[in-house]
Amino acid sequence: MADLLWLIPALPFAGALLLVLFGNRISRGLVTAIGAGSVGISAAITLLLGIEYLSSQPAYYHQEVWNWFNVAGFNPSIAFHLDALSMVFIFVITFVGFLIHVYSTEYMAEDADYSRFFACMNLFVGSMLVLVMADNLLLLYLGWEGVGLCSYLLIGFWYKEPANGYAARKAFIITRVGDTAMAIGLFMLFQAFGTLHIQTISTEAVQLWDTGAQMAVIIAFLLLGGAVGKSGQLPLQTWLPDAMAGPTPVSALIHAATMVTAGVYLIARMHVIFELAPVAMMAVAAIGAVTLLIAGFAALTQYDLKRVLAYSTISQIGYMFLALGVGAWSAGVFHFMIHAFFKALLFLCAGAIILALHHEQDMRKMGGLRTSMPVVFWTFLIGAASLAAFPLVSAGFYSKDQILWLQLAGENGSVWLYAAGLLGAFVTSIYTFRMVFITFYGKAKTHVGHQPTMAIKVPLIILAVLSLVGGFIELPHNFGHVVLFSDFLSPILPTISVVPGFDQYEWMLQLLAAVVSLSGIYIAYLFYISKPELLASIHRSSTAMAVHRFWHSGWGFDKLYDILLVRPYVFLANVNKRDVIDGFYTGLARVTEGFHMMLSETQSGVLRNYVAGVVVGAIMILTISIFL
Amino acid sequence: MNAVSMEAGLLLAGILFLLGMISVMIRRNIIFMLISVEIMLNAAGLAFIVAGSRWVQPDGQIMFIFILTMAAAEVSVGLALILQIYHQLKTLNSDTANFMKG
Repeated sequence: MADLLWLIPALPFAGALLLVLFGNRISRGLVTAIGAGSVGISAAITLLLGIEYLSSQPAYYHQEVWNWFNVAGFNPSIAFHLDALSMVFIFVITFVGFLIHVYSTEYMAEDADYSRFFACMNLFVGSMLVLVMADNLLLLYLGWEGVGLCSYLLIGFWYKEPANGYAARKAFIITRVGDTAMAIGLFMLFQAFGTLHIQTISTEAVQLWDTGAQMAVIIAFLLLGGAVGKSGQLPLQTWLPDAMAGPTPVSALIHAATMVTAGVYLIARMHVIFELAPVAMMAVAAIGAVTLLIAGFAALTQYDLKRVLAYSTISQIGYMFLALGVGAWSAGVFHFMIHAFFKALLFLCAGAIILALHHEQDMRKMGGLRTSMPVVFWTFLIGAASLAAFPLVSAGFYSKDQILWLQLAGENGSVWLYAAGLLGAFVTSIYTFRMVFITFYGKAKTHVGHQPTMAIKVPLIILAVLSLVGGFIELPHNFGHVVLFSDFLSPILPTISVVPGFDQYEWMLQLLAAVVSLSGIYIAYLFYISKPELLASIHRSSTAMAVHRFWHSGWGFDKLYDILLVRPYVFLANVNKRDVIDGFYTGLARVTEGFHMMLSETQSGVLRNYVAGVVVGAIMILTISIFL
Repeated sequence: MNAVSMEAGLLLAGILFLLGMISVMIRRNIIFMLISVEIMLNAAGLAFIVAGSRWVQPDGQIMFIFILTMAAAEVSVGLALILQIYHQLKTLNSDTANFMKG
């Protein structure tokens, strides 16, 4: 079975290739079969492989497909490495990816570029699988850049709108900042180890460096730069809200479930390096904490349904970083998985709403959809409950509670991180249910056009079920004590050591988290359903509105970068429009051209002048030969 | 037979050559230019003959026959070109055939 490993990324690539070559000539049905089918077969292989992995419990599967190149001792191969961590990721990528592909067959049905869409989506799934299955960092980097490219292609999918092209370029360029840092990190890793093979680096790093070694710290920070760019964390988070310009299934797959969590994967995969650099770990946690708060408050003020979800994604990835930063590796990966389920669900529901309301994304023009779109309402409610960490029944509660608990109980945790996480959870449940109440309650403002059919409903229901029961594979110590997930990851990721004697307080913290989540929902209910006059009074206060505008613009980061980076750059470009250094060479060309023009004047075309020229020349030569 | 001195012969050849050269430069009519070129060629031939008689060698006359042959070939090509120019431009003024300037 392990021999089939290479097929998992190869099938989506093959699908993409077929669609690129023949997509315009074959029928839509065949495009659907190739586009969704290739990912579906990958998912089936993943399932079989997963069952075998769970039953036989090997350390990992490894398959070398071929030797990539061999230059001066640098010998990376196209080889796949499947261990528990990769397993979680490929499971999410292929299954959630397949559901989103099925969903897209209806969402994109009317689109003229149907085959281009599926070609890009397949290419993305293939690249993402390469990213998480690579056994060396160079192959990982190939997948990393591959998903960046697909993200660019799909954000700018509707390229006729200039704003979409701008959003695509913004996403590409900002993530490139992080990628450059990561590339430098890879160079330094290669310099230190002479290889980029992940297993080798992981085993040798501990022998080579002591904890806190300068080299390890620098490399960890550079890798963190890459992760921050890809995962939309502070300070490179500004591209993600604009990335919502792409079709909604793209937002669900790339900008919620998979690609943006590549940073989480990278940090978890290179956890050995990060553990050697406690400063970098602190930075990961701090970045996560600040990002989750900033993005949470920004989400509170958005009116575009997809932008709320985008900021919420940034915020939830902040939670994952928070978990990784204190060494709660499996908690971070667990939250990644649960987040992939419920955020993909929320995006797909949002897509169904947007489709039904004729591509209307403004929540203020929605309302009353509870009765007109019942399936979407219930699935969205389940997703929202999971996002808001609704106690006991939702998967999000268990994953988020674990992260919050380990902020206090973990050895590297601190009260500040815990407080940030708790405040973030409060804000999360407010903005989540604000979204629910505005969209689904109240009066209907737009006519519902397209009612979702099976291709949309089935993925929604499956994801809703996963968002509910997904949490039960990992329950807290004092409540069921199921540790299937962390046991599964324990051979790969070290388990976090809990401060002794702290367990007795766990129920209090859980109660606190539950109260915070419920009170957030209640506040949203108060403001948007029972007492709208409270909201109106806020809208009247000028200070509150100034804060509102500030948060609405994403804490002014776009403006800040515009002033700090974009404008000076444009100014310099304007100053140097004529290219100062090139001036010398242009001058040289000008002088040559001048002489040339002078000489070409003598080409008068008058025969007599030429004769005169010959005579003068002959006389000169004669004179010289006689007198010299 | 040494009635004409070498100096007089070379002087005549030189004057003829100069006359031909000047008229090539100042004439506009292509036929006259061609004739002037002939004069220059013959001046050169005369110089060869004078030199041949000075050294009592047949080489000068042989060279003259070469020059004569070459001049015949040149005139045939030259006349063909002149005919073409006349066909194209309906004139024999060489200054109008200045398409290749610059």
